[in-house]
Amino acid sequence: MLGRTANGLFWMFRYLERAENTARLLDAGLRMALTRDHTDAADEWRSVIVASGQKAAYEAKFDEYVGSDVWNFILRDRDNPANILSTFEQVRTNARLVRNAISTELWEAINEGWMQLRADMVRPVAQGNLGKVVADIRRAGMQAHGAMQNSILRDAGFHFARAGTLVERGDSIARILDIKYYLLLPSLSYVGSSLDKGQWDNVLRSVSGDRAYRWLHAGQIDARGIVEFLVLDERFPRSLAFCHSDLRDNLAALERIHKNEVLSTELMRKADMRMNDTTIDDVFEQGLHQFLIDFINSNSAIAAAISEDYRFVD
Amino acid sequence: MSEDHAKFDEMYEPDGSVRSAYAGYSDWFTAQDANWLKRKHRDAETSFRKTGITFNVYGEDEAEERLIPFDMVPRVIAAAEWRKLTRGIEQRVSALNAFMHDLYHRQEIIRAGRVPERLFRHNNAWLQQMVGFTPPGGVYTHIVGIDLVRTGPNDWYVLEDNARTPSGVSYMLENRETMMGMFPELFSQVGVETVSNYPRRLAKSLAACAPEATRGKPNVAVLTPGIYNSAYFEHAFLADQMGAELVEGSDLRVVDGRVQMRTTKGYEPVDVIYRRVDDDYLDPLTFDPNSVLGIPGIMDVYRSGGVTIANAPGTGVCDDKAVYSFMPEIVEFYTGEKPLLPNVQTWRCADDDSLAYVLDNLEELVVKEVHGSGGYGMLIGPTSSKKEIAKFRKKLTANPTNYIAQPTLSLSTTPIFTRKGLTPRHVDLRPFVLVSPDGIDITPGGLTRVALKEGSLVVNSSQGGGTKDTWVLKD
Repeated sequence: MLGRTANGLFWMFRYLERAENTARLLDAGLRMALTRDHTDAADEWRSVIVASGQKAAYEAKFDEYVGSDVWNFILRDRDNPANILSTFEQVRTNARLVRNAISTELWEAINEGWMQLRADMVRPVAQGNLGKVVADIRRAGMQAHGAMQNSILRDAGFHFARAGTLVERGDSIARILDIKYYLLLPSLSYVGSSLDKGQWDNVLRSVSGDRAYRWLHAGQIDARGIVEFLVLDERFPRSLAFCHSDLRDNLAALERIHKNEVLSTELMRKADMRMNDTTIDDVFEQGLHQFLIDFINSNSAIAAAISEDYRFVD
Repeated sequence: MSEDHAKFDEMYEPDGSVRSAYAGYSDWFTAQDANWLKRKHRDAETSFRKTGITFNVYGEDEAEERLIPFDMVPRVIAAAEWRKLTRGIEQRVSALNAFMHDLYHRQEIIRAGRVPERLFRHNNAWLQQMVGFTPPGGVYTHIVGIDLVRTGPNDWYVLEDNARTPSGVSYMLENRETMMGMFPELFSQVGVETVSNYPRRLAKSLAACAPEATRGKPNVAVLTPGIYNSAYFEHAFLADQMGAELVEGSDLRVVDGRVQMRTTKGYEPVDVIYRRVDDDYLDPLTFDPNSVLGIPGIMDVYRSGGVTIANAPGTGVCDDKAVYSFMPEIVEFYTGEKPLLPNVQTWRCADDDSLAYVLDNLEELVVKEVHGSGGYGMLIGPTSSKKEIAKFRKKLTANPTNYIAQPTLSLSTTPIFTRKGLTPRHVDLRPFVLVSPDGIDITPGGLTRVALKEGSLVVNSSQGGGTKDTWVLKD
């Protein structure tokens, strides 16, 4: 496989994951905003912008946090280079680049998804359509993943694609957790308050983990339980531990296919050992923030090593 | 020529009865429900959009991907007719290859006084670097598209030779797929020769041209300028169908005297490059130094037998319309036979007598630039205004060698489907021809381009033309 093709597959799935994650964040924000009064709603919209990492770009353009400004900014505003429509366009551009390394089913899933999203967002999205647009984004993602699972040869290409998904997912979950813990609550005295509980619920929803968590924890929302669930529970496909162990398997498979030892696998092995030795007590003792920052750094070091090991660029 | 024939429709006789080649299709068509057909007509576009068969149009505000309109009425060619065409095409293509070899070696045809020296001296596509060099297997034009037009029951003419990089073959393939998807029962009623094995034939033909340096099974790659090229879809499609790598210049470099591609495992040699990049951009060390699409040093590797480039650099010489005008002489010189497929009568404006005639008859003629393509820069006398003709006259007198002129042919028509039913439109035909040391291989079918505007003779997709599935009937 060409290094450029591996790069295209990796980024195609990173962008896809990014588009989906941002859509989930938006969806959770909308839900929260609807259940609050006007002032609090502005806070919720602010937290959506902060969690998506677009605070500076947003505030450069708008003075206040108004729902329709926020969702249109996140969905389609050209002043936001990471808007979902352009992110999805990146997915499609990469899919075109690697057109002959992916199946027709996968290409058509991406292309149809893109056509749908473009039609959805030709004009600013009204509140009444927001739910449909978010659903379309999620459906486009699911169709692409489904097409991949069922039609892609399990060779290097599959593992590069999967690695892109997992690297992006781990990064995104760690950032959402970090922002939640340090930025969203007005002050420490709010810990345990109803606002706090609502925020945590929101975090769970934004990673589609609310149902699974309620099932495992009999409906009790508590910060420690949620952190343990999102960081260490390997059963949940959007936990850091899951991303780690799945990524480890993909990198091991790549190493087998390429028959040589590479840096990315070595970094992965070390990171994995650290994760396996960690308990929830360790996480809070060390400080969640520090833990997450370490995770984000190690995750991006692995991504950089993958790119280097497999000659993504000249 | 055009004066001798009234409009020739390929489906219907002048009295309205159906010609035998279209009998099977017509039986099927008349048995279909009109509303159902209209629905199918709409479905076709949706299906093309989803598949992503689009082309980019240069000069549009946004890099918009457009569809080439597809018409669902097939263009049908009888088996006997096709056999005649293939003999003519084979003869012409083998003459083209012999001509290329001669032009870049001893130039016997010029010494014999059969064609003038200016054919290569005044030819943009001529490459000094190819002089004295013979490409692997002696093949210059691995893939050729011969554009044919028809004016009567037995009157086919060659309108153009595309020896550089003929495009459009993906439409030949996808149009057939679309037809089979939309009307499967039609293909069980009418026996149609398959075209879908073209990519396999292409892969085989290219592999047969592998260079000496090849070790083991030849590694074939398609070289594309990238996703912003108007034909990117076709490049990706062909690579996919051949099971070959789709590479860009940045994937390739010269390592140890071979052209190698950067894979996730390291650099691996490529033996045959089916390039869809123009000569000028192929090698910044030899040609345009600013090119980022090419591979520095590839020409040295090529000349030392380390790689096959298909089509060979410098084959664009044959796309020149001044060369075209000499094709009857060229065919005769190398094959010793009269051409089986005639040229359209052509006046070379480089000759004073011809120029005088052309200037006197501009409103009757089609005038083309010798290096032009895609329907740009040409004058169609009968459909042009006085002002346009006057403007063109100035350009022509300023630089007559740059032009040739031809009579305005009354191209044959075949019906297209519209909401009001079948209605005739002008068509041409581009069969795709593969050349290797094993021989000349012509896939039974081709790309039929159709002018969608009533009365229009311009079939180019860049000028609003569409395409049709082309059927060669089984015996």
